[in-house]
Amino acid sequence: MRLQRTLFGIAALMIAAFEARAEAILIRNATVLTITKGTVQNGNVLIQDGKIAAIGKGVSAPSDATVVDATGKYLMPGIIDCHSHTAIEGGVNEGTVSDSSMVNIKDVIDPTDINIYRGLAGGLTVSNVLHGSANAIGGQTEVIKLRWGKSAKEMAFEGAKPGIKFALGENPKRQGQPQQGLFNSGAAQQRRYPGTRMGVEEVIRESFTEAKNYQATWKEYEAKVAHGEHPIPPRKDLRLEPLVEVLNNQRYVHAHCYRSDEILMLLRVADEMGFKIRTLQHVLEGYKVAKEIAEHGAGASTFSDWWSYKAEAYDATPYNAAIMTRKGVTVSLNSDSDELQRHLNLEAAKTLRYGGLSETEALSMVTINPAKQLGVDDKVGSIEVGKSADLVLFDQNPLSNYSKALKVWIDGHEYFDRDKDLETRPKFQEDKKKLLEKEKTEGQNGSRNQPRPTTGTVQSTEESN
Amino acid sequence: MKYLLVPSLCLATLSLAGGQNPSAVAIKDAHVVTVSGADLPKGTVLLKNGLIEQVGAEVTIPPDAWVIDGAGLIVYPGFIDALSTWGIPNGNPPAGGAARTAGGGAGAGTPATNQTRVRGPEDRPQTYSADRAADMVSPTDNRLEAARAAGFTSAATYPNRGIFMGQGAVINLAGERGRDMVLAQPVGQQVAFRVGGGGMGRAFPSSLMGNISYIRQLYLDLAQYKQAKKLYTAHPSGLQRPQYDHALEGLAESPRLLLPAEESQQIDRMISFGQELKVPFLLYGLHEAYKEIDQLKTANVPALVSLKWPEKPRNADPTEFPNYRDLVMRDQAPAVPAMFVKAGIKFAFYSDGLSAAPELKKAIKRTLDAGLKREDAIRALTLNPAEIYGVADRLGSIEKGKIGNLVVMRGPAFEDKSVIEYVFIDGKQFQPSKDLQQGPPPGGPGSRRPTFSEGEGRGENK
Repeated sequence: MRLQRTLFGIAALMIAAFEARAEAILIRNATVLTITKGTVQNGNVLIQDGKIAAIGKGVSAPSDATVVDATGKYLMPGIIDCHSHTAIEGGVNEGTVSDSSMVNIKDVIDPTDINIYRGLAGGLTVSNVLHGSANAIGGQTEVIKLRWGKSAKEMAFEGAKPGIKFALGENPKRQGQPQQGLFNSGAAQQRRYPGTRMGVEEVIRESFTEAKNYQATWKEYEAKVAHGEHPIPPRKDLRLEPLVEVLNNQRYVHAHCYRSDEILMLLRVADEMGFKIRTLQHVLEGYKVAKEIAEHGAGASTFSDWWSYKAEAYDATPYNAAIMTRKGVTVSLNSDSDELQRHLNLEAAKTLRYGGLSETEALSMVTINPAKQLGVDDKVGSIEVGKSADLVLFDQNPLSNYSKALKVWIDGHEYFDRDKDLETRPKFQEDKKKLLEKEKTEGQNGSRNQPRPTTGTVQSTEESN
Repeated sequence: MKYLLVPSLCLATLSLAGGQNPSAVAIKDAHVVTVSGADLPKGTVLLKNGLIEQVGAEVTIPPDAWVIDGAGLIVYPGFIDALSTWGIPNGNPPAGGAARTAGGGAGAGTPATNQTRVRGPEDRPQTYSADRAADMVSPTDNRLEAARAAGFTSAATYPNRGIFMGQGAVINLAGERGRDMVLAQPVGQQVAFRVGGGGMGRAFPSSLMGNISYIRQLYLDLAQYKQAKKLYTAHPSGLQRPQYDHALEGLAESPRLLLPAEESQQIDRMISFGQELKVPFLLYGLHEAYKEIDQLKTANVPALVSLKWPEKPRNADPTEFPNYRDLVMRDQAPAVPAMFVKAGIKFAFYSDGLSAAPELKKAIKRTLDAGLKREDAIRALTLNPAEIYGVADRLGSIEKGKIGNLVVMRGPAFEDKSVIEYVFIDGKQFQPSKDLQQGPPPGGPGSRRPTFSEGEGRGENK
């Protein structure tokens, strides 16, 4: 019986191995932008078992590998967006309380959000999905891979450390002041502390002081239990748990900030309370305090050229990314937008003009640098043997305004193919028309339906799924 | 159309006066759909003392029983609405009462009202978990007539506000007084997500993730509360006493949790969430379940399917291009019940705010048109909800000893031409008016839909 089972097991493994090998993909004759190890002209990349198996000019592949002829095309690592609010259901902010660390973006990822697919179509493969900036301490965050078609759980980037969002400056203090116009409905608006930048700092100090007390209370409880006592356990507080994780370096802090004074404030508070800021987000005045940021060891994730949309954005400069880079800060460029996330390669290109970064340095801003910031640079962010096969094939140099993403792979599985997408559009429009016709003839809601023209109508191709 | 002349005239007059209680009523030689067993093409159902005394092909009818000639009639078990606000006048708990406001929870000295800012989960926002539908039901609810006119004799009825909406009860849709209506309670705790507004000036929680984290925190607090009480009871000396928590007491009583899930990712999410909370749970809504059949089957979660099928909005801009996903949902949702039957997923129907008999009938008919067999639709309105709520030993089929709830029709259920002749509740006879069966109910619309209230969605402070 046992022998039979062992043989069966071996057979199953062999079949699995065979099938895995059958998924081998050979991308031939591309300009391979490895990012970390230079550029390989007319290079081949072999994908096997979801990983990059080989890179070079004369790479051999198993006979049953799928071959992609990439002559004249450019292969780069999948793009990584370090600041995203894509695919969030039911509200980006829990803005009702000053410290909303109990909420978790992981709970509300919507894998059916079409923006995931549109991001893929621009070469995006990984997003750091964040809580909004309404609170000094916001909610917990998650890194996802854009595995379109899979469930929310399956989109989680396994091995990526979880994060938490902080926010400084105008956004978190906006509710503390009585507002006219946009945010004031006329009825008595509940003002939510804080209303000033000093209040924002105090919220962070207070919450972390509470977290330390909470940690001590639990340690005391555990000591008593170890002693054989039966004390009543303290209440498990979902708000303070993630802050304890920050103190234990189990959770990254991503802090939205603008002005140099608040950046310095945060770095000093963190040092004082005994934790690190992993990334500063937006950090538009980061160039002013780049030295301090580098010393602390925080990464900076910023916009390429946004400026002056708020008072605190007034001193922004498109040279921000370049200056901070030259000062030794790991810098990434992010989107903070479902629209911008579709062309982060072009955002990267702007640093060629503003700051004179090299092509590799520019592309690093949306590949290896955000990977480092998210602690996943051992898995993604460059084309190196052993890393996940998260790759994008562009029809020309991705730093060109004319470039288009042709194919996108994540873990060696193809999630986007431009030609296939275009091929499916007529059928999709057909299906849609059929459903509309069916609805019309079934006469729901009686005569309220306007008759729709059935031929020659210019129809939007907005949805592709 | 033969009637035994004298008794049926009595029947007619008395039931027009609102129904009286004969000692025994027999529906003789009708087509009886027992649900629990094979149909009786020519059977008799004898009701006595509010219960089903006997059912069979050969039944001895007591001489003083009122007899209804069952020729041309079909007898079904009375329909059970699996989630509703039937019986609660105005669909809402009675206004006022400090005990009913949110809060009274641990950590807050005074209950949080609209004026006080809710500081977080410790203030138990929008939590009415201790409210009991059984305390709120009354036969004066003017929607009950319309419910009966659709063939409903019982319902799982729930209070209708907040995130933790309160404890439901299975009730009969008629009775002398409210307490006579209650069949079983508590049968579950309904949860709804209150989302929207972007948080500006509103109380916690305003986002979906806020709602979810709050529910999670409340269950953690419940676990700690139970443990604290146990330890304190065993050995109070020297210990801080656990603080009384009204919300947690209510939660502790609830045998199951009802979680809302309409779209496919919501279904996925709620399955994980219910499993994470480690409580028995059901899902309600389920219009996009056609994408989640395997997941629902594996999770083995009872399903409540809303009869309020998604429809094209009445005031849709005719130039606006409809979303493909919405089009598919509107087309496919009524096919979900048939898919459930094929996959072996147990489900029940609920009215979801529909309160007019013809609306309900049409809604169920759509599932038949989409492939659901009539007997499966009947089961989803009778034995399935009874089993889901754990009252199948006394309700949901025509079996000896069960509660005398029946619906007697001329013509098969849900067909346009079919008419409900009688409805029996606790053995008491009702004759739903033809007007109610064909037109809207008297009075206002009644209940609100206890599911998502989506606000502005995305596009806020980033």
